[in-house]
Amino acid sequence: MIATIPQSKAFAWTYRIYVTLFFIYLALPLTVVCAFAFNDSVFPSLPWDGFTWAWFFGNEAPYIGVFNERPIIKSIGTSLFVAFWVSLLSIAVGTSNAFLFVRYDFKFKEFLYILMLLPLIIPGIILGISILVFSNTVANNLEDATGLWFDGLRPGLPLVILGQFSFIATFATLVISARLEKFDRSLEEAALNLGATKWGAIRQITLPFLMPAIAGAAVVAILMSFENFNTTLMLVGSDAPLTITMFDRLKQGSTPVLNAVSLLLIVVSALLGLMSLLFQKREQN
Amino acid sequence: MTQAQSRLGLYLLMAPLMLWLLLLIIIPHIGMFLVSISVKTGVRQYVTGFGNYMVFFTEPLYWNTFARTAFMSIAATFLTLLIGFPVAYYIAKLTRGRTKTTLFLMCLIPFWVSELVRTFGWMILLRETGIFSSFLQYIGVHSGPVEFLYNDAAIMIGLVYTSMLFMVVPLVTTLDSLDDSLIEAGYDLGGNGISILREIIIPHAMPGIVSGCIVVFMLSLGNYLTPILLGGKDSLWFTGLIYSQFITRFNWELGSAFGFLLLGLSSTIVWVGLKLSRQSLTDTVGR
Repeated sequence: MIATIPQSKAFAWTYRIYVTLFFIYLALPLTVVCAFAFNDSVFPSLPWDGFTWAWFFGNEAPYIGVFNERPIIKSIGTSLFVAFWVSLLSIAVGTSNAFLFVRYDFKFKEFLYILMLLPLIIPGIILGISILVFSNTVANNLEDATGLWFDGLRPGLPLVILGQFSFIATFATLVISARLEKFDRSLEEAALNLGATKWGAIRQITLPFLMPAIAGAAVVAILMSFENFNTTLMLVGSDAPLTITMFDRLKQGSTPVLNAVSLLLIVVSALLGLMSLLFQKREQN
Repeated sequence: MTQAQSRLGLYLLMAPLMLWLLLLIIIPHIGMFLVSISVKTGVRQYVTGFGNYMVFFTEPLYWNTFARTAFMSIAATFLTLLIGFPVAYYIAKLTRGRTKTTLFLMCLIPFWVSELVRTFGWMILLRETGIFSSFLQYIGVHSGPVEFLYNDAAIMIGLVYTSMLFMVVPLVTTLDSLDDSLIEAGYDLGGNGISILREIIIPHAMPGIVSGCIVVFMLSLGNYLTPILLGGKDSLWFTGLIYSQFITRFNWELGSAFGFLLLGLSSTIVWVGLKLSRQSLTDTVGR
């Protein structure tokens, strides 16, 4: 079953048809979501009532487009805010972890490394509830002790950011460590010989070398944060990120405005994804 | 660099890691365990005991849902492997150059998109007023609308679709590293397609199969969106029970116990998978 070994025509064709069917299966749900964003009907279903841009730009009820729909625009803003902080925290901690695991030897290194991988195999909903329970206990105790309010420890955006960060940091650590391992330390030593300080050498030599990995990790972190649902669901307060808002709409049944949002999401995530691949490519050169 | 400086650097780099792991992973899980073993006896009064876990074992609805979630996740994992393997093989071995990159990218793109959007797509396809139902009426197979949504088959389709990438990518990576000459040698020695698949290809792909299966199983077990949106009233999923104990019933003690049972199941399966295939966690997910 390799190119150099001849196969029967029937087998080769069956195989090709199977693979084609597979890609149709992959593309079908996304295609219909996008197609119905342009259907001139208040339900995202057949029959096809003609083409319209109303679900993007409309401002007459029930044809309210994405760009005139306040709650959706607001939740996109919330998602961006969360994604920004998650990505910033993740690359900061990820870079520090990379230096720790690649450059230092210490007791329990192996154990800590495995511990660092654990967030990947804990179901997201459990990460969410454990952080919820913990922060709630801390808040209750602090409030009993001081008589002050600690809103940051109640369900809300700070907890959503911490919850998403708790597992996205692992990805950032892995991506940045992989790059740091390829770094030739003699470059840093040369800088030290030429009179650079330790920190100066890292800032001018090592960090620029790590940049493609850091940028790639930041893009992946934004992507993962933007589409995270399980962890966010348990920690969300009154300000809902986009996935939560869309989920609520979806349960109630909604106009094709949801398709329009989805179409925008598909375009943006495909672009971000391609961008992260480009960073990976540059890393290899 | 002096010894003291190096020490200081080590501690400074250690600080963020420890803060992250202690405050967001370790202590919260210990805290959740403590909550799960406290049984409510009155208003703000608790005693320590395994009462919440007993509730799970004595209430058939709870452990039935637990078993159902586990079995359906295993089934979804096998289906994903069965469907994904031929495609991964095709990409890895029967295409090259630009076609290969394009096909691989086409596999990746759907998974950069939010799971919510993908599930929404399946709802549009499967529901009573959806594409499949309209199509069947159009070609005259069926006279009235057909509901494909809100049953276990719909959940399966959704789960398999959602986890496909996590199977295909590791499979393509391991199959790529299989030298074509090994397969040729197999044919030279008189093997046929099936024996070569069994003796050469599958053993070589084992690491990829295992890591794919582990990730797909975990994702299915911990999935919330797909069973809720595509499943019917009777298609309960264990994560749904956890959510309702926490948010609807406000019974955090029972919810924490459920959370621990789910975590226990998922860790056990991961551990067994790693042991059976003699791999370590670092090789499987730490890449």
